[in-house]
Amino acid sequence: MNNDTWTLGGREFRSRFILGSGKYSLKLIEAAVRDAGAEIITLSVRRANTRDQENILDYIPQGVTLLPNTSGARSAEEAVRIARLARELGCGDFVKIEIMRDSKYLLPDNAETIRATEILAKEGFVVMPYMYPDLYAARDLANAGAAAIMPLAAPIGSNKGLATRDFIQILIDESDLPIIVDAGIGRPSQACEAMEMGAAAIMANTALATAGDLPLMAAAFRQAIEAGRKAYLSGLGRVLTRGASASDPLTGFLRD
Amino acid sequence: MEQRFLVGSSHLSPEAQAKKHRLETDPTARTDHMAYLPDMERIDSDVMDKVIGQMKSYDPAAYTAADVKAALEHDTCSIEDFKALLSPAAQPFLEEMAARARLETSKHFGNTVYLFTPLYIANYCENYCVYCGFNCYNDISRMKLTMEQIEKEMQVIAASGMEEILILTGESRGKSNVEYIGEACKLARKYFRMVGLEVYPVNTEEYRYLHECGTDYVTVFQETYDADRYEQLHLMGHKRVWPYRFEAQERALMAGMRGVAFSALLGLSDFRKDALATALHAYYLQRKYPHAELSLSCPRLRPIINNEKIDPQDVHETQLCQILCAYRIFLPYVGITVSSRESARFRDGIVKIAATKVSAGVSTGIGDHESKYTGKETGAEQGDEQFEIADGRSLDRMYEDIAGEGLQPVLNDYLYV
Repeated sequence: MNNDTWTLGGREFRSRFILGSGKYSLKLIEAAVRDAGAEIITLSVRRANTRDQENILDYIPQGVTLLPNTSGARSAEEAVRIARLARELGCGDFVKIEIMRDSKYLLPDNAETIRATEILAKEGFVVMPYMYPDLYAARDLANAGAAAIMPLAAPIGSNKGLATRDFIQILIDESDLPIIVDAGIGRPSQACEAMEMGAAAIMANTALATAGDLPLMAAAFRQAIEAGRKAYLSGLGRVLTRGASASDPLTGFLRD
Repeated sequence: MEQRFLVGSSHLSPEAQAKKHRLETDPTARTDHMAYLPDMERIDSDVMDKVIGQMKSYDPAAYTAADVKAALEHDTCSIEDFKALLSPAAQPFLEEMAARARLETSKHFGNTVYLFTPLYIANYCENYCVYCGFNCYNDISRMKLTMEQIEKEMQVIAASGMEEILILTGESRGKSNVEYIGEACKLARKYFRMVGLEVYPVNTEEYRYLHECGTDYVTVFQETYDADRYEQLHLMGHKRVWPYRFEAQERALMAGMRGVAFSALLGLSDFRKDALATALHAYYLQRKYPHAELSLSCPRLRPIINNEKIDPQDVHETQLCQILCAYRIFLPYVGITVSSRESARFRDGIVKIAATKVSAGVSTGIGDHESKYTGKETGAEQGDEQFEIADGRSLDRMYEDIAGEGLQPVLNDYLYV
């Protein structure tokens, strides 16, 4: 358990909590790093595009990996432009692709996301696509050079938990890339469940941002994610979801 | 025509006085407000029929407390639920509505509040809209800023820290043509991260040109969705053509604009029906253009120069709050803007419930930002205001006040791509 790390774009991470970018504040970033242990923090490029006295870039602690996202993009071309701008702004090579063509539910467009992944992976970006959990799209993203797959659990900001649970499980089972469950995680227990299923990491924002006591909720997420991860490593997750092993062998009657 | 709206006309020539009087008193002297003028583009759209059909069949008095309770219990607010929330039966449930609205706002916007400021660059107007301070018969000081003056104004505003600007003009194609507005947008792109426009409605190709000049958001207020009432208030000019105005947002989206904003001017007609139509206008366009970013405003009538008596009629703060809560519950994902027409107290309260955008450092006059922002008497020529504002807080003050309420002021969340 002590050596339980995971790798993205050649960097090794211990923490399996990633802070999303929807609702930002200095307090949220502090709590995410200090209490939830976040080593990766998402940064909305359009939000960082500011002269504001509270420029988010100034608040990202040393040693934390920035994950700029392309929120606001409505096509692969727009996502590519935003990713390049992020690189120019000095945000590094990581990029989370978000392409939405629906302002109501903010659901990702898988086809455009695959196109953007292909272009940006060729340009040397560590591409982390946000997607609707579809197996074919996940395979296409892997072939296009994605570094991880980020399926949504439920619509962004909905706090509805693992609404796409069974389909995320298929991605975990069938993909060789880390599966990072993104969007919709509303409580620590849901993060725990996703980790039990074998997710590599959890991304959340609203659940923390709207909590009454930020640091306390951040700590709760950390513990839930660790608990889920331990359960997965122990094999318990598989036992729970795929049927318990009988104490007497079912095939004990066989004689030859 | 209600006398309460009318401004004096002693400054006009006898011919102009006679024409004004005829327009006000004789409906047959006025043009057909439903007929497009020759230069006005027609588009193929069923949105207007849908909105007006819903509005006409809406009877606010038909809803009961049980309908309101049911609406508040539903996960998804249907059009019927929304009608109940806008009805008089919902008024006793205002606190419950506010709680639900706050929940929806926080799910979609967290605790962020966006800040912007309007910049009026000209107040010439070719229309006679009886309630508006810019109307062509009102005796006010008129002005159109030159590009140098616009740039100066923008520098003053940008120096205050503002990053989003909304450029406005009076509605005069003659004095403020599309190229003039386009050049102002290009200038604005130099000083601001986000540029919105609130000018007279134009054709799709003109919206496309304005988009290329750097603007991405278009605001058009329908004033009232009751076309018969509209006819009685907009007596002359291009603006008199009601359906062309209705289709402005759709033309803007067809031209590639990222977002559009809507509103009725509350107090002109039955405000419940107007609020219903405003939200449905956004709702049906979202279904047709799912990528569009949408925003609703909620202006109430205000006093104007030469007429202190204009007021919001039966739309008191309670009713306004009810409308905004209903908007938020029905359309959780749309932006809601509350302008400086409302008091500081109301705006401080409503940003905690439903509003996501407020203006600051506002002037509705022309060319007066330097004197207003710095307190310096610049001696420069200035144009009169469109209406009186009620909340004169500067950007710094507004920023502090919002942060002080535990909310997060945001100056920009936008990228022109």
